[in-house]
Amino acid sequence: MYVPFLVTAGVGSAIAITLLARRMDVIDREGHPSRMAWFAIVSYWPWLIKEIILSAWTVTKLILHPRLPISPTLIEFVPTQKTDLGLVVHANSITLTPGTIAIEVEPGRMLVHALTRDGAGGLQNSEMDRRCSDLEARQP
Amino acid sequence: MSEALNVLSGLCLVAGSFFSLVGAFGLIRMPDFYTRMHAASVTDTLGAGLILLGLMLQAGLTLVTVKLIMVGLLIFVASPTASHALARAALLRGVSPRLADQGEPSSKP
Repeated sequence: MYVPFLVTAGVGSAIAITLLARRMDVIDREGHPSRMAWFAIVSYWPWLIKEIILSAWTVTKLILHPRLPISPTLIEFVPTQKTDLGLVVHANSITLTPGTIAIEVEPGRMLVHALTRDGAGGLQNSEMDRRCSDLEARQP
Repeated sequence: MSEALNVLSGLCLVAGSFFSLVGAFGLIRMPDFYTRMHAASVTDTLGAGLILLGLMLQAGLTLVTVKLIMVGLLIFVASPTASHALARAALLRGVSPRLADQGEPSSKP
């Protein structure tokens, strides 16, 4: 199935497309994760998975609680990321963790819907915010 | 495949199914649109993640596992993007969230 011709042809066209894209100057900032700090990415994934498990467990307890003790909150806060990519990673991480959804995102402003007041309170200057800013540390 | 791996994979599958059911239960139980989305995200993350992990343990070091990892990465990027788009669309179209601080809304949404 993986005959040498197919593999070589695949590698060859990938290189050709990359060179063409470079020459045409269509590689934009967002398609360029190499501009992110690699070490921060490696430590970010396990940390995010831990956060997801913890908050999923919190939401699970809320759902199964007989009185459903939720306190839905809309909160606006100021994220510290400078680049679009950092903002996207931060907003997607917020939405990925159960209990918080990023609704509006723009530089310097984020609108988040949280399932509880506690969840909303921890967003400004959070560890996630700090880590996402670390991701974009190596900007030119 | 060793027995221990089999048991571990079974535990992951059962736990993943449990969290998927909890998400579905929350989807029915929550009071409004936005809080229902929070319940659904338990299914998206922990439910799907544990089931994928259990399947990976079943498959071992094969091409199937590589495909499962790709499915997992796709879910972890696509599902928050879809949730964000859905919540934003709802807010822009005037679905007002039922908030804790302002008490019960006077009119039905």
